[in-house]
Amino acid sequence: MSKIPLQFRHNGRDVAIFVDGGTNLLVALRELIGDMTPKFGCGQGGCGTCSVLIDGELHLSCLTLAETVAGRFVETLDGMKQGPNLHPLQRAFADNFAAQCGYCTPGMLMAAKALLDRNPQPSRDEVIEAISGNICRCTGYEPIINAILAAAGGRVSA
Amino acid sequence: MAVTVKTFASAGEAAGALSSDRSARYLGGGTLVMRALNEGDVSISTVVRAQDQALTRIDASGPRIKLGAGVTFARVLAERDLGFLHAPARSIGGPAVRNMGTIGGNLFAPNPYGDFTVALLALDATVAVAGGFGSRDIGIEEFLQARDRQAGTLVLSISCTRPASTEAFRYRKIARIKPKGGSVITLAAHLPISGGRIAGARIALGSMAPTQIRARAAERALEGRSLDAATIAAAASAATEGTSPSDNALGSAWYRREIVGVHLRRLLSGQE
Repeated sequence: MSKIPLQFRHNGRDVAIFVDGGTNLLVALRELIGDMTPKFGCGQGGCGTCSVLIDGELHLSCLTLAETVAGRFVETLDGMKQGPNLHPLQRAFADNFAAQCGYCTPGMLMAAKALLDRNPQPSRDEVIEAISGNICRCTGYEPIINAILAAAGGRVSA
Repeated sequence: MAVTVKTFASAGEAAGALSSDRSARYLGGGTLVMRALNEGDVSISTVVRAQDQALTRIDASGPRIKLGAGVTFARVLAERDLGFLHAPARSIGGPAVRNMGTIGGNLFAPNPYGDFTVALLALDATVAVAGGFGSRDIGIEEFLQARDRQAGTLVLSISCTRPASTEAFRYRKIARIKPKGGSVITLAAHLPISGGRIAGARIALGSMAPTQIRARAAERALEGRSLDAATIAAAASAATEGTSPSDNALGSAWYRREIVGVHLRRLLSGQE
């Protein structure tokens, strides 16, 4: 079966790859581009650890057919840091001990970024709703919620 | 295993490709088909897509609304005119799933999913489908009963009548993990009132049978009556009639039968 050419913008740079038919975006990112920040969790859309932004909208890369991102903007955790500095959300996660094993963290951060990009000053309930598709099995949700609220607060005071 | 992906400009072409290939599946938002591919479903060798804008069109201004099959739950939530469908849309998945999942795909979602379809069933929706036979409209109940045989057809749109008032349409999803968990049971009720009495009651249940079903005995208990305590009690006690829930990790069939009447009573009483 012939390979399919695919071009899209990945964290601010253009990429061109060849994918097999039916390849999901998570596999394309990890195995063909080498961006290991989106994680494979359940492969069923249940855990959220593969979350990425496509044209600024939160999507599950494991359930996204790679071909469908042709010509679109894909953002992952790998593109989140701002030059040598951590993104305020990453800083807040570190400061608030919001990562224990860290496996859910890339997806949590992308879900949080999707929220704050749209709503810079969310309520606690809005934060809970925003990460409701992302499962954490060790950190516990409270430090994550507090980190996102802290990052939002930081934006206000900045 | 690699599959062949066929992308068409029109829904008609996609429907033709689906009807001529038993191993083809239509890819909408991806939450069902990509999941199946990730699980190694070898029955799918072709994935069919359509970039037809009609599939994502929303016509919500009049008394009868029409939603393209490719409309996502996030778009339903963004549409003020679709307020009566916000509770069912919000009850599905997390934000990423709502950004991806479509109302057309939800018609095919097996238990414990398919919550939006429960709402559409209570609203007597009509499903427009296209296949080798051309296009036609089919009642949602008939569609669901033949769901397993719909593989060769493409859902184009779903339409239903807007409830006359906020009170006339009610929805409740019982999940262990809120707000995104799979359904233990899902209930929707459409209760049009005429002259103080219910006329045309529709009660739909999810996770109480292999597909979403109508609770006809409960509907009969409500029909022609006012929504008082005695009527509600009669409907609640009839809620299990005709149901055949199954056991899964979220709840046993016994548990589902035990609670469906309780939650129907709460739904009809307006209790939280």
